[in-house]
Amino acid sequence: MTVTPVIRAVGLVKIYQTGGLPVPAVRGVDLVVEPGEFVAIMGPSGSGKSTFVHMLGGLETRTSGEIWLDGKRADTLSESGWAVLRRQKVGFVFQFFNLVANMTVADNVELPALLGGATPRHARERREYLLAELGLEERAGAAPGQLSGGEQQRVALARALANHPRLLLADEPTGNLDSRNTRDVLKLLGKVHRQGQTIVLVTHDARVASMADRVVSLLDGQIVDDAPIARLQRRPAGTAGDIVELHG
Amino acid sequence: MRLPLLALLAKEPAHGYELKQALEVTFGSAYPSPNIGQIYVTLGRLEKDGFVRAVDVEQSNRPNKKVYYLTAAGREALEAWVDEPTEGPRVRDEFFMKLVLAPLTGIADRMALVNRQRRHYLSLMRDLDELAERTDPGNRVARLLIEGAMLHLQADLDWLERCQEDLT
Ligand SMILES: Nc1ncnc2c1ncn2[C@@H]1O[C@H](COP(=O)(O)OP(=O)(O)O)[C@@H](O)[C@H]1O
Ligand SMILES: [Mg+2]
Repeated sequence: MTVTPVIRAVGLVKIYQTGGLPVPAVRGVDLVVEPGEFVAIMGPSGSGKSTFVHMLGGLETRTSGEIWLDGKRADTLSESGWAVLRRQKVGFVFQFFNLVANMTVADNVELPALLGGATPRHARERREYLLAELGLEERAGAAPGQLSGGEQQRVALARALANHPRLLLADEPTGNLDSRNTRDVLKLLGKVHRQGQTIVLVTHDARVASMADRVVSLLDGQIVDDAPIARLQRRPAGTAGDIVELHG
Repeated sequence: MRLPLLALLAKEPAHGYELKQALEVTFGSAYPSPNIGQIYVTLGRLEKDGFVRAVDVEQSNRPNKKVYYLTAAGREALEAWVDEPTEGPRVRDEFFMKLVLAPLTGIADRMALVNRQRRHYLSLMRDLDELAERTDPGNRVARLLIEGAMLHLQADLDWLERCQEDLT
């Protein structure tokens, strides 16, 4: 029996056409992501990473190619069709957060769960859990505008996970965080991944990428590498220090 | 290892095994712990150079042990070390040599080299993360060493990306 992939993208192309010359941002990308996989997408700035994950989440239309989410053809959906699919299946962490400004942090996080059909009590419990994991329980009553960039980014992650989405898509979710906050985010990502969460995440941060099962590298809108991150030969305990000498 | 040993001896005289333990306690799992043979070889050299001297201390029921202490010349060498600025890291990257030279010979393709190296760096990072997990949170020295290694690795990865953009 074959498992249905969470994502199947076939020959995905995006050409931006804004006024002047067409800009080919994504040029024929194929990607299959199995349930429970954690895939890191890396590549230089301008290589098409954001465009690619936005297309996977239906936040940007594709020029050509196919997108299948959870076995269902998605690229042909209307905007409202995408909105329903996202609400049911996709949690998205934007590079620039996109929190609802006139709602509290707590309401921002609970909203997707409520829209997804969770009871108010479940939505509240999930929100309390996620905010606590990210060190934000004290900020539940604040408005997004009162938070630092790093806090808003963590709220955005909590919101994306509120509804136990089939797929978590994240665009540089630690781009604005210091190393301590990055650690909280890493811990939470590790935890949900171990619980079976499928994750596709764009990052420059080697610590974040090193948690993935697989790394996909983009260059000029094309995949130039797609392979698992190998486990190093297990060293006997207490001798791992030689890495430090090597690189320190 | 010469100067770290001088620094430890500046605090108090010690025998070889005590020096090994002091290094281990200070740096924790983040640092390769030296073997006792290495320490005695280094102490022997320092003694020959006049930086340390050893006295035999009698022990009941056991062979005498040598306790080392710092000489005036040793203290001067240590002070000179502390006072002089420390070199920053230079790029002496073996991978970069491969990347530049291997394609000229037709042995390897730059894109493949970069891709493999990226995944290797990520494996190393994973190892460092696991090391950090195992490290006593109270050992600030060990934690800082690991954090330093991670920052270096991130810089290596960023540089690799630049190489991929410009050389492939
Ligand atoms: N809305 C847009 N209109 C026109 N060009 C765009 C737009 N968004 C991105 N691009 C261009 O597409 C390319 C890929 O951008 P992007 O997907 O943001 O890359 P990355 O996330 O890897 O930095 C870049 O050349 C960028 O300038
Ligand atoms: Mg981007």
